[in-house]
Amino acid sequence: MMKPGTLILHAAARFLVPLQLLFSVFLLLRGHNEPGGGFIAGLVASGAFALYLFTFGAAVTRDLMRVDPRNLIGAGLFMGMISIFPAALNGEPFLTAQWWPVMLPGGTEIKLSTPLIFDIGVYFTVFGSVMMMLIGLTEAEEH
Amino acid sequence: MQVAVLVIYLAALLAPWLFARQQHRAAWFLALVPAVLTVWFAGFVPAIAGGEVIVHEYAWIPGLDISFTMVLDGLSLLFALLICGIGTFIVLYAGSYLKGDIAQGRFLVVLMAFMGSMLGLVLADNLITLFVFWELTSITSYLLIGYNHHQAAARKAALQGLIVTVGGGLALLAGFIMLGFMAGSFSVQEILNGSEVISQHPWYLGMMICVLLGAFTKSAQFPFHFWLPNAMAAPTPVSAYLHSATMVKAGIYLLARLHPELGGTDFWVMTLTGFGAFTMLTGAFMAVRSTDMKKLLAYSTVMALGSLTFLLGVSTELAMVAFAAYLLAHSLYKGALFMLAGIVDHEAGSRDVTEVGGLRKQLPLSAGLTLVATLSLAGIPPLFGFVAKEALLETMLEGGVFVALMALVVVASILVVTVAAVVALRPFFGAFKAPKAAADIHEPPLPMLAGPAVLVALSVFAGFFPGLVGAWITLPASMAVAGTTIDSYLALWHGFNLPLLLSAISLAIGGFLFTRWDALRDRLKVLDPMVVRGPERGYFYFMDAIVWVAEWQTRKLQNGSMRNYLRTITLTFVVVTGYTLLSRYQLHWNWDLDFYFHEFVAVSILVAAAVAASITHSRLGAVAAMGAVGFSIAFIFILFSAPDLGITQILVETLTVILLVLVLFRLPSFSNISTTAERIRDAAVALTVGVLMMFLIMITIDVQLFEPISGYMIENSYPLAHGRNIVNVILVDYRALDTLGEIFVLALAAMGVYAMIKFNPQTAPGANHFAGTLILPPKKIPEKDIVHSLDEIHQKMLEDQNILEASDDDDEDDGDNTIVNPDTSSEHPRGDYPHNDDSEKKEDKDV
Repeated sequence: MMKPGTLILHAAARFLVPLQLLFSVFLLLRGHNEPGGGFIAGLVASGAFALYLFTFGAAVTRDLMRVDPRNLIGAGLFMGMISIFPAALNGEPFLTAQWWPVMLPGGTEIKLSTPLIFDIGVYFTVFGSVMMMLIGLTEAEEH
Repeated sequence: MQVAVLVIYLAALLAPWLFARQQHRAAWFLALVPAVLTVWFAGFVPAIAGGEVIVHEYAWIPGLDISFTMVLDGLSLLFALLICGIGTFIVLYAGSYLKGDIAQGRFLVVLMAFMGSMLGLVLADNLITLFVFWELTSITSYLLIGYNHHQAAARKAALQGLIVTVGGGLALLAGFIMLGFMAGSFSVQEILNGSEVISQHPWYLGMMICVLLGAFTKSAQFPFHFWLPNAMAAPTPVSAYLHSATMVKAGIYLLARLHPELGGTDFWVMTLTGFGAFTMLTGAFMAVRSTDMKKLLAYSTVMALGSLTFLLGVSTELAMVAFAAYLLAHSLYKGALFMLAGIVDHEAGSRDVTEVGGLRKQLPLSAGLTLVATLSLAGIPPLFGFVAKEALLETMLEGGVFVALMALVVVASILVVTVAAVVALRPFFGAFKAPKAAADIHEPPLPMLAGPAVLVALSVFAGFFPGLVGAWITLPASMAVAGTTIDSYLALWHGFNLPLLLSAISLAIGGFLFTRWDALRDRLKVLDPMVVRGPERGYFYFMDAIVWVAEWQTRKLQNGSMRNYLRTITLTFVVVTGYTLLSRYQLHWNWDLDFYFHEFVAVSILVAAAVAASITHSRLGAVAAMGAVGFSIAFIFILFSAPDLGITQILVETLTVILLVLVLFRLPSFSNISTTAERIRDAAVALTVGVLMMFLIMITIDVQLFEPISGYMIENSYPLAHGRNIVNVILVDYRALDTLGEIFVLALAAMGVYAMIKFNPQTAPGANHFAGTLILPPKKIPEKDIVHSLDEIHQKMLEDQNILEASDDDDEDDGDNTIVNPDTSSEHPRGDYPHNDDSEKKEDKDV
């Protein structure tokens, strides 16, 4: 898969991946008020690693990701599931959004909530699913 | 009460941990749970006997009228006491019975989970909650029957029990939903106290059939009785608990619970008495034919379940009194008898009454207990079984029951006396015989004897003081079933009357038949062909039919051709939607268009790209054209101010291109594998879909049936959901359940892709020539019709057209592939997939 000597791609990938990942987290967190959200952010994150995958191949990408994409999927589904239950503690129907605003020093308010947990779950699931397919296909191709 | 159920489930969770530490002693600790609950429930007896109904409310899904509310009245209290009381002894018994079995932890988990489910079932007030517990008992029963999962017979019996009870469960769910709509509530309390007269409702018959199917399958009524004797493949504690004392009575419980509202109609009386009486006879008859102690007892359980259905069918006041008494009596003696049969099996090495005999010297206690318990089974005073049987016969004589049905009941009660005698006398009396040596046979440990001893003692106690037991336990249950107050009592001695005479006659004939039992079984062999053609045959036909239909529809619909799939899906869509469209609305022509130039350009690019994709002769060209389609759509989304959709679309397109690039070089070179006629047909199908979609859009512009929901979402997005991005709010808040489902689908799809990539037909377990092609019986596909890959089709076509000599091949393998025939090596693209070390080697070199 990987072509030796594509210097520009090598250099670009190294710099773009962290930027894209940062951007994906940005999209994820702003998603509730501005365009963005877990699904889009997950796609951007997998796009980042896809670039890396094309440049350096499957094994290096796996190394860089540290987490197996399959575990990402599991973690995502788990977060999606646990966001269901806090509502039951308040005696509300399952999946009712719960909000826990936190005031940070300096006057910034952070709104922690079950939709946020849920969105992070979506993010991980999308990210993991796409990466699992891409890495699987690349490994098959590399053989 | 919710806590009571929860505690049992928690105990189930703890079981493996306890077992790992305490081995078979784990059961002693676990038995404490139901024991404490028994005492706790017993504390309610005075209140319930005083006519109180205790309701513990708890909301679950209020939006759908589903609650976790639990209700304790006479009927559920009787069941709760049986479940927890017998459960205590069963858990104790299981600990010793399965001593040394390494899987005992698993057994205890499922057993405790069953106990919790059964308790939930009898306490639940809501029909849907009841159904959930109902299905949980079916599933735990499946796991328990199949406990010895290395035995094919056990697996088969488990599956049979599951399919019969869960199949009935499906019908039951339909019945519950109908009942819920008819009564306007899913709460049993509200249905019973509601003003709706269910039995006059036009849906009554349909609903009753569905509910009865559920109840009859669960409670092993004829013609669904066959699964119960087969379920005896389960370890004995399971048979004693699930398949005689509790689970099989769930159907009976349900009918009893709904009796005040649904009962009393002609249909109810006819069906229940008819099926009940016939089940009694079938059970008794089959029992007499059997020689396995557990089978004997299982068939007599079928007979008892028939009696209970029969009594519910008669539905007079006396019948209700008899019902509760019979229920209690049966659970007491049958639970004990199963455990005793298990002891005989455990100690003597066999439970076939023709193989064991004369064990009274080795197992004196067990012999004594069995004798007393069977006296109750046969209905001999002063046991509680006698009280119940008298009540049954009296009900039958008093109520307006058909003479033919009476005859069935009397024959059944004669045969059951024979069965009781066989179980009591054959294994313990006569000359000694057993697979094990006499010196090795000794009384089992105390935990195994405790259950039968206590249950038998209760049978005797209840027999001597029927008035007391009646007043505290069974009459409150009878009243709950009847729905009215009953002014009656249970008594051991009713004086010389017709029921007593019938009892005496059945004892005499039954006893006589016992003396001729061996000859009788030989005689009954004449009827074997009839037995073989019994309802179980129907089950096998049904299972075969399922396989046949599945195979047929797989062949028809899932034949591996992508174009076929698409054609089927789109044509179904066109027919169904098109029909609705034409029958509900006339066609709308709305060409009143108003657009900007750049919109026109975007749409033109879209159309041009779509046309290009479908007529191009290059695969890369098709990919590029499809990309153009995708990006045009994204552009249109952005034009109509849907940035989220636009971004998503662009990202999806990008990743699609990446995926396509990865697989592009593995695909065979571009070729036309369809004829012109086929392509015209496909184009016609595609055009039909397009035209239909056009009309749909025109109608949605013209017809506004409802206020669009988007208004509500826009208004409440910030105040309620604290978000200004409505698309995201819909995804994670308004429609979070949908999204949850979608991420699961996404994960499943990804796993499917992964499995397909990683699947290696040569090394996969059970790998054979057909792996990865079709999961059909090999004999039915001729070898020449199997398509391994597109390459093969391609190759064949080129050969057919004389473009290519056979065996030209652009295989890129490194030569370590040992497939013999060179021109088929590319047919197994999955075969040469990942050897990870290999790819890593390459990696090092390349980096």
